[in-house]
Amino acid sequence: MNIINFTLVSALTGGLLIGLSVALFFILNGRMIGVSGIASNFLVSKNNRIENFLFLVGLILGPLIYNLISGKEINISISSSLILLIIAGTLVGFGTRISGGCTSGHGISGISRFSLRSIIATITFMLVGILTVLITGIL
Amino acid sequence: MNKIVSLLCGIIFGIGLVISEMINPEKVLGFLNIFRDWDPSLAFVMIGALIVSTPIFHLFKNKNKPVFSSNFSIPTNKELDKKLIIGSIFFGSGWGLIGLCPGPAITSIALLNMSSAIFVISMFIGFYLASKVN
Repeated sequence: MNIINFTLVSALTGGLLIGLSVALFFILNGRMIGVSGIASNFLVSKNNRIENFLFLVGLILGPLIYNLISGKEINISISSSLILLIIAGTLVGFGTRISGGCTSGHGISGISRFSLRSIIATITFMLVGILTVLITGIL
Repeated sequence: MNKIVSLLCGIIFGIGLVISEMINPEKVLGFLNIFRDWDPSLAFVMIGALIVSTPIFHLFKNKNKPVFSSNFSIPTNKELDKKLIIGSIFFGSGWGLIGLCPGPAITSIALLNMSSAIFVISMFIGFYLASKVN
């Protein structure tokens, strides 16, 4: 194993902001953030629909505001095929709702609560993610 | 106020994903590529977030009520069941295929990237399917 592209300061800074968002949402609105929960509840439930929608709008405004303030371009590259995008997106959507959380809901909010469910979920999806990258790297 | 808080928290969360570069799937795949060239950044995003969210949660969880809402809503499910494991396996495999999870995927809509838009639409189809199973 070689360590490459490690960006400690920006990782911690971004992480602190994500933690701040989770903390504020809890203190002020009384709920723990899980993006998959918020997004899927926006789709299938009438409860808190406007709040959930506004949170998602906020997520999308995030990069635009960052770009406006810093003047820095944000570039991402995804080189996967259409069919792979559809399969992966469906797996992520279906899986997170069956298990009740994603990287934020289990990985951050759940672990903050010391939830055993969330700790087990996080270990499982990370191990499976690592295994998937290992296998697709060999193929 | 609930609505303003939701929008504001979304913005802060989204900026956090941009600064930490978790919006970039290659960065996430670099973290999952632990056996070859490993980029540990994602672990430190989680540590940064947990340093803030953990003490705040435990300081406020026993308060009467949140500032702008009538009561706290904290998940009560403690069951370690098959759904938890199977769902996490599905999620982990989809995550490892592209490097996108729900937060970064939705946030990346701002970049008008066609691939992430297709991923997000598929993810919402997955949400819908799960709501029929659950």
